[in-house]
Amino acid sequence: MNQHQTQRRQVLRAGGGLAVLGALAAAGIVLPRQALAEWNKQAFDAKTLDDAMKAMGAEAPANSGDVQIVASDIAENGAVVPVQAVSKLPKTEKIAILVEKNPSMLAASFDLGPETLPEVTARIKMGQTSNVIVVVKADGKFYMASKEIKVTLGGCGG
Amino acid sequence: MGSPMKIRATSKDGVTEIKVLMSHEMETGQRKDASGAVVPAWFINEVTAKLGDKTVLQAQWGPSVSKNPYLAFKVKGGQAGDKVTVTWVDNKGDTRTDTATVS
Repeated sequence: MNQHQTQRRQVLRAGGGLAVLGALAAAGIVLPRQALAEWNKQAFDAKTLDDAMKAMGAEAPANSGDVQIVASDIAENGAVVPVQAVSKLPKTEKIAILVEKNPSMLAASFDLGPETLPEVTARIKMGQTSNVIVVVKADGKFYMASKEIKVTLGGCGG
Repeated sequence: MGSPMKIRATSKDGVTEIKVLMSHEMETGQRKDASGAVVPAWFINEVTAKLGDKTVLQAQWGPSVSKNPYLAFKVKGGQAGDKVTVTWVDNKGDTRTDTATVS
């Protein structure tokens, strides 16, 4: 617990651009929460893909053809990009969607129940043309796939 | 509190498909308003879905999820009449829970 809190403090200190969120967290408005697994702030604040993966416990996942990203090659509106992430791997327990060139790379991570099929659909924002990466945890191991989606109108401006 | 979610759940061939449309600004914290001040981040960061009393999906979201988030997934089992309950919590601590019936 102590180590975790220290890590979080380091993240807050490092995240100059996220001062507002940091202040909220410090004031206890953002956290804590009851019952649920704690929001993985470190992963969502990560500035590089490696850091985001590490924060999820997924160091250098292997590329896998059993992980599929269903999305169109070109998104006309970066504010709303539908993405379906599908895993064909047995015992898939987690699916995460990342956008490599977004300021906050990790868009969403889903923890699946044992009866939940490993396919989730969400809509994400993309600031610019970028690789979309899906990371899957199946049977304790991490796998990934990536797909470039071209954005003609950015979704993080105004 | 936020506005109600739209939840549609349908059961077919032993699989229940759940589709949820939430109503939320999902402000990234990157945008500036007309006066140049940064609009503070405001987004749903946790979502929990239950079929009956079993938790079938827990999501953690960042600001990269689109405004008025859409989520669709499938669960083995479930039948017409079962309850689907979806709860979200945002980074300001606001929360909302809505329920729908599987058809």
